[in-house]
Amino acid sequence: MAKVLIIGGGGAGLVSALSAHEAGAQVIVMTKTLPTRSQTSMAQGGMNAVLGEDDSIANHIADTLKSSAGLGNESRIAFLCENAPDAVRWCNTLGLPFSRDELGEIARRRLGGASAPRACYAQDYTGLKLLHTLYDQCLKAGITFMNERFLLNVIVDEENNRVLGATCLNIPTGEVEEIRADAVIMATGGYGALYGKHSTNSVGSTGDGIAAAIRAGARLADLEFIQFHPTALKSSSILISESARGAGGYLVDEQGDRFTDELAPRDVVARAIHDEISKSGGVYLDIRHLGEAFINHELPQERKLAQIYEGIDPVHDLIPIKPAAHYSMGGIEVNEECMTRVNGLFAVGECANHKTHGANRLGGNSLLELVVFGRHCGKSAAEFGVKSPASELENTQLAKDINFIRDIMGFSNRIDFYEKQETLANIFYNNVGLVREEMGLKTVLEAISHMQKELPFMGPKDKSKICNTNLVEFIEFGNKIELSEIIVISAINRSESRGAHYRSDIPTRNDVMFGAHTITWREGGILCADFME
Amino acid sequence: MKVLVKRSHNDEVQGYEVDFENVTLLTVLNHVKTKIDSTLTFSQGCRSGVCGSCAVRVNGREVLMCEYKPNDGDLVEPMHNASVVRDLVVESSAVEHFSRMANTWSEASREGNVSEEDMHRIETQSDCILCTACYSACPVYAVNPNFIGPFALTRVWRYVSDPRQTKSDAKIAAIQTNGIWDCTLCGECVPVCPQGIAPKQDITMLRSKSAMLGYNDPNMSFVGGLDFGAPMF
Repeated sequence: MAKVLIIGGGGAGLVSALSAHEAGAQVIVMTKTLPTRSQTSMAQGGMNAVLGEDDSIANHIADTLKSSAGLGNESRIAFLCENAPDAVRWCNTLGLPFSRDELGEIARRRLGGASAPRACYAQDYTGLKLLHTLYDQCLKAGITFMNERFLLNVIVDEENNRVLGATCLNIPTGEVEEIRADAVIMATGGYGALYGKHSTNSVGSTGDGIAAAIRAGARLADLEFIQFHPTALKSSSILISESARGAGGYLVDEQGDRFTDELAPRDVVARAIHDEISKSGGVYLDIRHLGEAFINHELPQERKLAQIYEGIDPVHDLIPIKPAAHYSMGGIEVNEECMTRVNGLFAVGECANHKTHGANRLGGNSLLELVVFGRHCGKSAAEFGVKSPASELENTQLAKDINFIRDIMGFSNRIDFYEKQETLANIFYNNVGLVREEMGLKTVLEAISHMQKELPFMGPKDKSKICNTNLVEFIEFGNKIELSEIIVISAINRSESRGAHYRSDIPTRNDVMFGAHTITWREGGILCADFME
Repeated sequence: MKVLVKRSHNDEVQGYEVDFENVTLLTVLNHVKTKIDSTLTFSQGCRSGVCGSCAVRVNGREVLMCEYKPNDGDLVEPMHNASVVRDLVVESSAVEHFSRMANTWSEASREGNVSEEDMHRIETQSDCILCTACYSACPVYAVNPNFIGPFALTRVWRYVSDPRQTKSDAKIAAIQTNGIWDCTLCGECVPVCPQGIAPKQDITMLRSKSAMLGYNDPNMSFVGGLDFGAPMF
């Protein structure tokens, strides 16, 4: 029986777990929190699938391709869209409580960039209810959970470029542990938290798995593509769902005048808001005209969050908003079987780059992706493990990581890493955000290189062994620094504008030079980058 | 404003002076951790009330730190009914343990159309974020640590009353011991739920369902005679 280790307990991890289990594998899910606390719980919109005669799979494929701005892989997108109806039916039979239309069929709504209403949803809680349904099914299947384990490194037999397992920090006990497996699936989510208070993401979206993957020898793809959601609350970046505009909400400037088409694609609306804020200082979402009854029924979460975080009531007041980092299109490069360049190391979900979103993700395609590719990935990993079981090779990774933790506990603490983390978030939002240009990007690169040198002078202040979240946050910061360098180099290299990557110094798309993926990897510790198919 | 936090290393209350108004408790504690005292330990995630990470007790009552705005002198303590790992972080195995005990999952489900009204029946119960506020507030654990408890029983009712379910007898059987009959219906779990779920009501529904399937309340073993409605003298 193959042993499959899944790192990450969000939607992608749990779908893979069920699929690997079904394929006969022994499955362990390791997560740095608890599965139901994952980023997936925050997804609101829905899961795209063509279910009725009024829509077609060809249209779903065409919409996704168009949104990807030339970087979507047609056959992978076709795989995604063709498997979508079955993915939704599968979720339904697991018990996901989809909302229903007046005929009793699974209800669908139209999201930005879609030519028909095809996002199947469960109120404004699609991600929450999907995640909990999956968790319940994993308990039913008897899957083993190792909670509160923070991933340190993937264990690789370098001679054969073969994964052997992973090391982690047991957060409550403070011990470094090793888990061996025949196949490892990375399902650790995106890197939006790099933008700190300018991101809609959970504080845990720090890209740990992506950073560990490139350290292990995997290649990354398209890290410069980060989707900004147009409407997040101004002071906290808490998401205000697209459905507020879908229902007829207006975007207005300081004078109360509308200035853009509210239902254009996300990148277009987000840039219009960005430009307006630079010009006049503030932009607001106005849903007052929708009326209290409608707001209470359709947007109750939005009303509550605006009251808590902005101290205003959307029934009577304008909602101050700004665009915020929302989704990582870039990630670990994988093949059709979801396997990375390291044998036996797989990746799935937001941490992976399945080449389905390209330069811009379509709303409703992320939950779909994690279900379709999660099912595929779990099966692939289980089959791989049966065909080529890992050997019980001696490996020095555990010893290295025990030393690593001991060393950083002894760092000098002359520089406060929380302060640097805030600086990194701010310069990223301003210079590696919605609008970028070469000078700004190079300034950020320089700042990152300073921070890399300063890391040994930072470190955790808290010296406790038990449940040291200060230590965990410092390692997360290290992962952010590692990825931020790759993001900025990728953004500098891509001297064009495409999808979510907009260069004010070169505002046009250049397919001849840049109609390919930015691939990054390490060669003897040196970061390499190139454009590849 | 001064916020008081129960610390675990010395079992004492520590006060933190912060210059904030009208912000969430989570914002305050993040300020403390990043600017004043990095040893203060708590859990957090989404900041928007859906991940269930940041439940604590403030002045004795369960709240989510990301939704609660503190007042001067508030006392913040870890949740009840779970051992403290450190400061405001408690041991978290209860979710998995009680969910497994109660079989909180779909056994078998049918496809096909379901009316909007029928799906509304499980809408609120499936809003649960597993923050375990109800579990912390439940007084039954003081006498029975094996009590399956409010969140797991609400989850059982969520699946039992799912209009698509075709099989739920095993679930009902699993909650007869240490389950629905151990609840005192005191209702402490209801006001603390950040999602407006009423586990007490769901437990009552499960009792009715159980009675219809032929199960008896073990506390009602007095058979026949004049009992004036009291369980046992």
